[in-house]
Amino acid sequence: MTRSFLPITTITVFILFVWYGFSIVLNSSWAYDRAARNSQTLTFKELVHDTWSQKKPKLPAPHQVFSEMWETTFNKKVTSKRSLVYHTWITLSGTIAGFLLGTMLGIILALAIVHDRATDLSIMPWIITSQAIPILALAPMIIVVLGSMGFTGLLPKAVISMYLSFFPVVVGMVKGLRSPEILEIDQMKTWSATKTQILWYLRIPRSIPYLFTSLKLGIAASLVGAIVGELPSGAISGLGARMLAGSYYGQTIKIWSALFAAAILAATLVTLIGLIQKIISRRMMLQL
Amino acid sequence: MSSENMISAKSISLRFDTEDGVVNALQNVSINISRGEFVSFIGPSGCGKTTFLRIIADLERPTEGEIEVNGMTPEEARRARAYGYVFQAPGLYPWRTIEANVRLPLEIMKYSKAEISKRIQRVLSLVELNGFEKKFPWQLSGGMQQRVSIARSLSFDADILLMDEPFGALDEIVRDHLNLQLLKLWLKTNKTICFVTHSIPEAVYLSTKIVVMSPRPGRIIDVIDSALPKQRPLEIRDTKPFIEIAQRVREGLRKGQSYD
Ligand SMILES: Nc1ncnc2c1ncn2[C@@H]1O[C@H](COP(=O)(O)OP(=O)(O)OP(=O)(O)O)[C@@H](O)[C@H]1O
Ligand SMILES: [Mg+2]
Repeated sequence: MTRSFLPITTITVFILFVWYGFSIVLNSSWAYDRAARNSQTLTFKELVHDTWSQKKPKLPAPHQVFSEMWETTFNKKVTSKRSLVYHTWITLSGTIAGFLLGTMLGIILALAIVHDRATDLSIMPWIITSQAIPILALAPMIIVVLGSMGFTGLLPKAVISMYLSFFPVVVGMVKGLRSPEILEIDQMKTWSATKTQILWYLRIPRSIPYLFTSLKLGIAASLVGAIVGELPSGAISGLGARMLAGSYYGQTIKIWSALFAAAILAATLVTLIGLIQKIISRRMMLQL
Repeated sequence: MSSENMISAKSISLRFDTEDGVVNALQNVSINISRGEFVSFIGPSGCGKTTFLRIIADLERPTEGEIEVNGMTPEEARRARAYGYVFQAPGLYPWRTIEANVRLPLEIMKYSKAEISKRIQRVLSLVELNGFEKKFPWQLSGGMQQRVSIARSLSFDADILLMDEPFGALDEIVRDHLNLQLLKLWLKTNKTICFVTHSIPEAVYLSTKIVVMSPRPGRIIDVIDSALPKQRPLEIRDTKPFIEIAQRVREGLRKGQSYD
């Protein structure tokens, strides 16, 4: 912990430095324009002050974003539409639902693929193709189709999120389930173990490390899916909707704070999975 | 065929088609192994020792020839759990304790809970590993891990024990100790043991029958029936009969080399 403190701090300071710098550069033209309209000239100090405190800056300064986040997190009722916590929760619920569905789908497909060579040959190309279609093109269709069937809100979002998250799970699990060495399979054969027993006693335990790697990728993909699912639907809640609304009205501070909320959410979820992985692998005595 | 014949192979050949051409792993191998024998297979690398064991175990099918294991085809014998196989590497599951590792084949074979714990205790004491039940494989030395692997292959009471260089990776002192233990175990259980080794003293010390093989194509050069008594202290290795058998094995190996 202490060893990583210095490098992390250095990088953070560096990022903030660059960010503040770009804030000045990108927001300066507006500041100069306004000054010119009022027939004023700006000292550098005034310029800095102005570019770091505009209401609709091109690039908001870090403290503006963080104070907006603070304000909308701690000073609003969590049920309010203006609360960042509320929007984060909406996106989180879509993410979790999509992640669970995607993980289940991924594991089932992986089992089918590993179980049977024919399934492998017939499904795998479709799975690959599915990921070649840009989700931004597909998302509106999913929303429209599900909407016409009467499903709105959480479900379409979860489906889009699932669509993105099942893929890393399939790929990782197929690799994991196939990771036992020939020797280990031979050994099972000498005990005349059935296919199911080989799966249960050997393949599944061996696939656990691969599963967790996939889950970390999967949950991040789920979050992207949930946010993408909030963009075209005219949704009014969720981090995606907040970004979109922010861009309609040029409220860049709002966009950035939603962006940061999403990043923090992603980091938290990935860390959480890493934690579960640690606990389980300690139980299983696998050195992962 | 007499019921005393545990394994009988008639003109077994096995060719592997590889990218670099055909490999004659075994050619025209015939041998009869009686119940309760301790047979060692010795020969230079690549002469088909592992392949022959794998044919007995139904992990490989011969291209030609016939083989019977305990009066059955290898596949039937495998399904009837007629043999235990000890690989060169212990092949223990790192996420299972010693006890759970030994339990694995018993669980697969659907023994009852009570029966399983009885058998675990019995085979662990056969290899002198009582008290290590709750340890994990990485907490044990290589020799101990190999003993666990042997215990595991003994747990379901197969009549035949196939061992492919089980002590190959161990130092001489540990090896001597395990050889003694293995002999004791063989006397106690009266199993038929097929044992692959690269060590002449090990082969002579353990076996009632020594099969000398040679490579390209893999075939049997000599079969030596040992007249050594069943009870064998380690010192027997310095006696005249022992040295004579060892010399004959060495000669066979040399003859095999001079073919190519
Ligand atoms: N699956 C396989 N495919 C192709 N060739 C094989 C295969 N298995 C074994 N061989 C070849 O068959 C020959 C005999 O191999 P085998 O493993 O039985 O030898 P071995 O006597 O056990 O040797 P070692 O003492 O090194 O273990 C070798 O030339 C080997 O390369
Ligand atoms: Mg071998």
